[in-house]
Amino acid sequence: MFWNLPYIAVVLLSVIGLATILLKRNLIKIFLGVSILTSAVNLFIIALGYREGGIAPIYTYAVSENMVMATPQALTLTSIVIGVATSALMLSFAVIIYKTYGTVNVDEIKELKE
Amino acid sequence: MRMSKIVRFGADVLFGAIVIFGLYVIMHGHLTPGGGFQGGAVVATGAALVIVAYSYEEVIGMIRKTVLMAQESAGLVMFAGVALIAIGLGTTFFFNFLANSGSLFGMTVPFGPNPGELNTGGVLPLMNIAVGIEVWGGLAIVILYMLSGIGKTKEA
Amino acid sequence: MIPGYITTNAPALLIAVPLLGAFLSPLIGKISRDARALWVLAVMTLTALIGYLVAFLVYTEGTLLYVFGATNATLAVPPDSGGIPIRIIFTLDAMSALMVTIAVTVGFAVILYSLSSDSRRSGLEAYYTIFLLMIGAILGMVSTGDLFNFFVFLEISSLASAGLVAYKVEKGRAVEAGLKYLLVSTIGGIFFLFAIGILYGQYNALNMAMLADMIQWTPLDKLALVLVVAALAAKCGAVPMHFWTPDAYSMAPSAVTAMLVVASQASLYGLFRICFTLYGITLNYATIGWVIIILGILSMIIGVTMAIPQKDIKRLMAYHAVSQTGYMLLGVGVGLAVLGDQALLNSYGMTAMEGGIFHIFNHAMYKGLLFLTAGAIIYQVGTSDLNRMGGLGHRMKWTMIFFIIGALAIAGIPPFNGFASKFLIYESVFAFSPLLSIIAMVVSILTLASFVKVFHSVFMGPPLPGNEQVREAPRTMLIGMTILAAIVIISGVFPEFFVQNLIAPAAHALTDQAGYISAVLGGA
Repeated sequence: MFWNLPYIAVVLLSVIGLATILLKRNLIKIFLGVSILTSAVNLFIIALGYREGGIAPIYTYAVSENMVMATPQALTLTSIVIGVATSALMLSFAVIIYKTYGTVNVDEIKELKE
Repeated sequence: MRMSKIVRFGADVLFGAIVIFGLYVIMHGHLTPGGGFQGGAVVATGAALVIVAYSYEEVIGMIRKTVLMAQESAGLVMFAGVALIAIGLGTTFFFNFLANSGSLFGMTVPFGPNPGELNTGGVLPLMNIAVGIEVWGGLAIVILYMLSGIGKTKEA
Repeated sequence: MIPGYITTNAPALLIAVPLLGAFLSPLIGKISRDARALWVLAVMTLTALIGYLVAFLVYTEGTLLYVFGATNATLAVPPDSGGIPIRIIFTLDAMSALMVTIAVTVGFAVILYSLSSDSRRSGLEAYYTIFLLMIGAILGMVSTGDLFNFFVFLEISSLASAGLVAYKVEKGRAVEAGLKYLLVSTIGGIFFLFAIGILYGQYNALNMAMLADMIQWTPLDKLALVLVVAALAAKCGAVPMHFWTPDAYSMAPSAVTAMLVVASQASLYGLFRICFTLYGITLNYATIGWVIIILGILSMIIGVTMAIPQKDIKRLMAYHAVSQTGYMLLGVGVGLAVLGDQALLNSYGMTAMEGGIFHIFNHAMYKGLLFLTAGAIIYQVGTSDLNRMGGLGHRMKWTMIFFIIGALAIAGIPPFNGFASKFLIYESVFAFSPLLSIIAMVVSILTLASFVKVFHSVFMGPPLPGNEQVREAPRTMLIGMTILAAIVIISGVFPEFFVQNLIAPAAHALTDQAGYISAVLGGA
């Protein structure tokens, strides 16, 4: 049970993230939902990489040559970098939308609806 | 929107420390947790601190957008260029041709607790430096552009 | 003739050249606009040549491997790794080679077109950077053999495409479209990453061949497949998640729209690759096949019925793109539904898959052509509203001819290529289920009706007031369209040649899971 805690947190975070994306009407809050969802998946991959008693693959601290494979950490790091790029682009879009429409409420942003 | 003198002085003092810490993280990327992206992001927070403390117009005078853009492109070109050199040497793209060669960054990595030998890792430190330069320029310019967008809304 | 180090490293150069070109183009743009245009064209030409070289190598010598960072490009499983492919490995089989061919062909035509169609715009220093990044990402998506690497290229292509869709701003409307596209693809990307995590947690591998070798079809695998299908179907604009397509396709600059079609097809490629190669016959192929068939049928019907009442020329074409995606899903879905049954697969399953894959090729060509003609019309008339065009036939003769070629191809009229692939689909799907085949034919007729309407309101009749000064599109735009139109005609007149030499190997590569695995793991 205790070792499942990270996965429970992953499920909770995903539900919170998805609920935020689907239920909130404010663009910035939707972006926060996307960020929460990204954090959930990052936590998921990091939790998968945990090995009990494993040695962190840091050369200056490792006491033995048998270290944990750092793939999940590398994946998470890449995912974080992509997340940064995505949030930067989304927030830039929000700035432009606020400048032109004067609102960040998705119900009022519907120039393209037909 | 410039902050009080205390905040500006604090930012001046902290800016140097933040940049040095960021460069430290970049340079030790192949030995300790961290690396080009993290270090570059730390340096960019230094830029963000200056932007918060001073007004947009003053920051534009201090940091030039074209320099940051050139920095971003240069970092990316260096990254791809280091990877391409390996093809010229008859191996594959991204091959670590400097590792254990005895030349620049070519020492063998010592195992066990040690103070950290910087001169190891082959092309990894070069890649970290390239990514650090790129992320530093890229994130700083993102922050600057967003600030300029907000500034214009207030005038309108 | 070609130096050995280029042929060995061609798969890496396929990605490296557009990326390096993209990063250098802002610096070159500092010199002058012409220098940048020349640079972008040179980079794209080089990329296209490398792409054709890669495709040629794959079709003549079989599956091509490229291991990044190894001493030897084909050393997929190093002796000291314990039999695990640890590095990022590009695995190009015939299907990937076909997608590479499509991407570089359309990319070259589109860049040529874009150099004049977008030259009036400001802020071009970043435009071509993002454009080349997008092309590089598409090439990466179709050539990688690593799941996580596929995700990275998927995200790069999403970010680049969203940035390009929003490039014109257009009083915020283009940004709104870009935002929709970005949200859908980001959430899709997160789902995809969840699926990667699930697979990695079970099998400790990211390489597709390695995973395909070990996969068990556990409940978690099913969950991962559901996430992948949802994410990639959203990215390729199949029906339940198609709402971003008309917005993004209509608001993007026309050259970008033509490339977006290829980006969607790269996602479609990912969907097929994961269903066929990763899961293969371990999955419950009849169920998944039917899911894909139903997605396809829904896309066909809803796409075409939504297209008929549209008044914006690019929005109309965007709905047709949704509808045509349905044909590809239908064709390949039928192949997937009979995957385990060798007799049925031989009698009509392979033909259906060849039809679906040939349709991917054809769709990229004629849909790209149609979007480019729409762009030329908008460029000269200044509006995308069908009611405010009219009588352009005399002024824009070449554009009209290209439009007719594209429209007849999309409606499946011989001798254009749409007919060839649709005929393969009708024929084989009829053997599978006559009803599906009839639906496909009806949709095709509706497509024709819709394009006759567009043709009439754009080119026929007297010129509307204000349209008297309209002239033919600039020459580089016409050259870009000519390339695509020539391919539409050639592949329509000689479909046998294309099917036998390009399409059939691709279809066989998709079904040949064992061949893919042994190409990477060395028959182990």
